[in-house]
Amino acid sequence: MMDKPKAKFDVTKYMALIALIILAIVITALNPQFIAPNNLMNLFRQTSVNALIAFGMTFVILTSGIDLSVGSILALTGAITASMILGGMPAWLAGLIGIALGAVLGAINGLFITWGKVTPFIATLATMTIWRGATYVFTGGNPITGGKMNTSFFFQFIGQGYLFGIPFPIIITLIAFAICYVLLHKTAFGRKTFALGGNEKAAFVAGVKTKKVLITIYTISGLLAALAGFILTSRLGSAQPDAGTSYEMDAIASTVIGGASLMGGKGRMSGTLVGALLIASLSNGMNLLGVNSFYQQIVKGVVILIAVMIDSQTQKNRD
Amino acid sequence: MNFKKFAKGFKKVAVASSVLLLAGGLLAGCGQTGLSNGSGSSDKVEKKAPKDLKIGVSISTLSNPAFVNLKNVINDYAKGKGSKVIISDANNDTSKQNNDVEDLITQKVDALIINPCDSSAISTVVKKANEANIPVVCVDRSADSGEVVSTVASDNVAGGKMAAEWLVKELGANAKIAEIQGIPGASATRERGKGFDSIGDKKLNIVSKQAANFDRAKALTVTENILQAHSDIKGIFAQNDEEAVGAARAVRAAKKNVTIIGFDGALAALTAIEKGQIAATIGQQWNKIGEESVQMVYDHYQGKKVPKNDKVPVKIVTKANVAEFKKQVYNK
Repeated sequence: MMDKPKAKFDVTKYMALIALIILAIVITALNPQFIAPNNLMNLFRQTSVNALIAFGMTFVILTSGIDLSVGSILALTGAITASMILGGMPAWLAGLIGIALGAVLGAINGLFITWGKVTPFIATLATMTIWRGATYVFTGGNPITGGKMNTSFFFQFIGQGYLFGIPFPIIITLIAFAICYVLLHKTAFGRKTFALGGNEKAAFVAGVKTKKVLITIYTISGLLAALAGFILTSRLGSAQPDAGTSYEMDAIASTVIGGASLMGGKGRMSGTLVGALLIASLSNGMNLLGVNSFYQQIVKGVVILIAVMIDSQTQKNRD
Repeated sequence: MNFKKFAKGFKKVAVASSVLLLAGGLLAGCGQTGLSNGSGSSDKVEKKAPKDLKIGVSISTLSNPAFVNLKNVINDYAKGKGSKVIISDANNDTSKQNNDVEDLITQKVDALIINPCDSSAISTVVKKANEANIPVVCVDRSADSGEVVSTVASDNVAGGKMAAEWLVKELGANAKIAEIQGIPGASATRERGKGFDSIGDKKLNIVSKQAANFDRAKALTVTENILQAHSDIKGIFAQNDEEAVGAARAVRAAKKNVTIIGFDGALAALTAIEKGQIAATIGQQWNKIGEESVQMVYDHYQGKKVPKNDKVPVKIVTKANVAEFKKQVYNK
């Protein structure tokens, strides 16, 4: 039936997008600054770090897994990249090594989960703590900053630069989105990811190399977290030992608002992007409206709950 | 798998977001490539009266009572003079603080009063404010780079020294003491520690230095552990009052007699001094810090010369002068 030439527009799939649009209209009505080009640029740039992590988290959650270690990977790779730049290494090379290291750390998560047979929650909870500790050991608790980080054009451009008037982190995020989108929705690897989340045993019986796919997925998650870390380090001009603390929560929230199910097998890359935009719009909008910061957290939590409840209700009606 | 539907959903989102993006890019109208979005700046200060000013305030965290008080002082003082005030709270997250400040710049505030979470990480947005020609005053912590009109802070090094000298006076030379440190690497930790150690390393016997991250609960466990290892310590220097109050709890539970001195002059510590649970604190004059930071903005807009570094003196608060200090700083 989905081969019908003009399928009926299915509103339930766009709940997150509709929520985002409503939110944007409401905030704009209260403070038109929200829609000003400069603020939109700020907003998209503020989305980029969380969006990148959330793209990786989408793969992970589709397999009914979870990756709690992303914030720690971000901090550790950011700190190592920063210290390599201070040590005189060209910024592009240091960045690449940092991102590769993120992939390795992600792969280690994958190994614990597949070969070590540790559940994803516990495995990444443990590595989250280990890599945060390693970050403190590596940095001695001090931010890494100064020297070449203030003079390297390439390094500063990554997080603070503009290409044709568009902040560079946004461009990186859009490219990463395109790649992740194709990977998830257009390739055999993506189909295997969905299959794993649907039913891991069935996928295995059907000939999916489940271990290989899982390791690859956690590698992607680690890699994207490290990329986000590179951008954040450049934005702040400094690698903070406590960077990325609790970022896994925003990434999980974005993915879930975007329609993914923690039970696996259900989710969309575009939904995650919308979810990340929604979370960033909330903070940005409430800042513009001058909402007391204590209430901001309550509002954020309530919005996440409502978004997910609407989604699960409409899903139920459709099934 | 329903890939066609996914593809369709994506197309709609992609179209919507690229339209937004393009609209934003075109409207911004600069289309520049480089490190700045190309907003001009001039050095001339246009004179403005306090009542015509919109001041953006970014506080590092409102889960520390000292900063809540700072926020209230800034708010009351500026509103009393007729200025508009917008306040944001960074939850101790450097990247959130950068977002907050960007959002304040978007709202075209006339001035920024920033209480940085971190001196180095705040620099990039200070530079952004410079580009937008918005004067910045830093409070309590400085910014490593970027132009600030003034940095208003307590003299932390002098405060640390003062605490060490007071302990020497109270407990005698070479008394066994422990030092409970703040967040590793934070400027307050470094400066207070530097001041304290400059005297303490010579005249006191510091048997343990442990970080408790300026946190009351963490200080409680750290102190419990220290008391296990060194049951004969005579004094504790806690680098902030939250830690001092936490340490006092551990000391009371262990039924020990330990002289505790904190740092900040927070209300909770003042109450504890009245009750005799902690002996003293290095009191920061938050009322002066807050008021002076706002005054720097006013002076700047009156074309007056503003000191780059405004060190607000600290004073030692004990049972003898706690009531007076409370009245002066908190009006209670």
